[in-house]
Amino acid sequence: MSFFACENLSIQFGGVKAVTNVSFAVEQGEVFTIIGPNGAGKTTIFNLISLIYPPTAGRILFEGAEITGSSPHKVANLGIARTFQNIELFEHATVLQNLLIGRHNFRRTNVLQEMLFLPAVRRAELAHREAVEKVIDFLDLQRYRESLVAGLPYGVRKVVEMARALCTGPKLLLLDEPSSGLNPEETDDMAFWIEDIKKDLGVTVLMVEHDMSLVSRVSDRVLAMNQGEMLSLGTSKEVQSDPAVIEAYLGKQE
Amino acid sequence: MRFLFKTDYDQDIRLFKHNGQRFWYGLLALLLLGLPVLLPEGLRDYMLGQMVFVFIYSVAGLALMLLIGFTGQISLGHAAFMAVGAYTEAVLQAKGVPFVVSLPCAALFAGIAGVIVGLPALRLKGIYLGIATLSFGYIAEEIATRWDSVTGGNAGKHLKPVDLFGYPVDDDIKLYYLTLAILVIAMLAIINLMRSPTGRAFVAIRDSEISAQSMGIHLAKYKTMSFALSAALTGVAGALYAHKLTFITPEQFTLLASIELATLVFIGGLGSFHGAVFGAVFIISLPQLITVAKDYLPAAVGAQTGLQPTIFGLILIGFLLFEPMGIYGRWLKIRAYLELFPFYRKGMFRRQKTYMKSDRLK
Repeated sequence: MSFFACENLSIQFGGVKAVTNVSFAVEQGEVFTIIGPNGAGKTTIFNLISLIYPPTAGRILFEGAEITGSSPHKVANLGIARTFQNIELFEHATVLQNLLIGRHNFRRTNVLQEMLFLPAVRRAELAHREAVEKVIDFLDLQRYRESLVAGLPYGVRKVVEMARALCTGPKLLLLDEPSSGLNPEETDDMAFWIEDIKKDLGVTVLMVEHDMSLVSRVSDRVLAMNQGEMLSLGTSKEVQSDPAVIEAYLGKQE
Repeated sequence: MRFLFKTDYDQDIRLFKHNGQRFWYGLLALLLLGLPVLLPEGLRDYMLGQMVFVFIYSVAGLALMLLIGFTGQISLGHAAFMAVGAYTEAVLQAKGVPFVVSLPCAALFAGIAGVIVGLPALRLKGIYLGIATLSFGYIAEEIATRWDSVTGGNAGKHLKPVDLFGYPVDDDIKLYYLTLAILVIAMLAIINLMRSPTGRAFVAIRDSEISAQSMGIHLAKYKTMSFALSAALTGVAGALYAHKLTFITPEQFTLLASIELATLVFIGGLGSFHGAVFGAVFIISLPQLITVAKDYLPAAVGAQTGLQPTIFGLILIGFLLFEPMGIYGRWLKIRAYLELFPFYRKGMFRRQKTYMKSDRLK
């Protein structure tokens, strides 16, 4: 039984087959990357996993239990956190507040207790803060702690979003194009962090990425897709030398 | 300029962040407590009456702030919840239920109405939700008019003074302290809520529903909760309002009253606790100021009917254009100006969009 698996996953939007019959399994502790040209259905797979779309067919298994048919907010409770391609942070809040929202799963107090701000609430708040500070230290965000997200540079926002996902205490982290819009230096940092997340935190990473140098550096296995279908699955080297993948990216050789 | 040296996480959760705040809020509390004594004899009754209205509107404003300002769900029918609170209070009081029981009941019934109205909010957004709540306001007004046996219809309903454990709250000084106490309690409850997980979940829903969801926030549950809490608190304001007026008719809870409440929140400053109070002061004092100003205006202008709504509208437009953060935003700017003098820059509060720039260009 694998840690996380998609079985014969398909989704259709009207006549458009966005994802067709995709099956793959992710083992605990690995970095698994999905690559493919634009419109290959990579982000759609992410949205299927976070249950934003219900699949037309197939199922998704996490730690042996089926999650398809559950509701989106429950996915986070199970230990699957994600980031978004176009960054979906809470703009008008500080970095700290953003990260604290990531701790929502660990909420144990009810509204009445919170209105009175009973000692239990205060203790819980301090515990949340401590957990958040660990993530801040881990990703080196100390100097942005009190800054509003709206005023932060793009590269930092990417890291903040990853930090927020880590605050949920995930077992599986979904990263949607972690390096898009980053300069080479920031991409380099991102690679370090992904390696750290895997090694130090023991979090399994499933990511969608275009930057092949980053992909080959961090991923254990790579899945190549085109037009919603699986093309090739293997190590980064194997996939990159697969003629079908080369054809999808560069076209057929005359 | 004050620099806080932080040594403890608790410092970020505290109600008062430093001694300066403690001093100023303490002074404000003393001033409010002593106001009935400090006011000159001739002005006292009038001013206290106005202050009671300010407190009641602040409670309602706070409730609407929770919904619009913090959860991002617009409501244009909030007067309906005031009506539910007011009529519940009136009916229960007539039945001899003591105030300490009838007030929570007013909150409860308004809260239940809030849950029902909140149901469309699970599917509707923005202007569509506005229209849905607006029509609820109409329905509630119509029910209040037609349901004679309970509401007294257009003939209205009389209320006796509040009876607090056998102690009658029968003049404005007593009502002043009662409403002040309720405002302080409501304010503390909302501030506490906003610094705990539930409050953060509300703000998360306001800023990005999709990512709130992926953080494990149950959208339907929290939106409904926000509607219920907001409606319940508005119901409390409605009950107090009924006692202040001592006579209620459906005319007090029309669409215009709802719009007035929404205006209060926008002018006060969306997403701030201060804004609810500032907005209430504004809404209550503006008509009085206009009445005073009429005497000094040329007769051709001052005697015009519809002068008040016109000025009201112009001010609202002015705020939306020049100060979207409302009175609270202006207050922040004035404070920053004084604190930083002479280094305040005009662009300091301008919304910046620097996120496309690389970090290295700084």
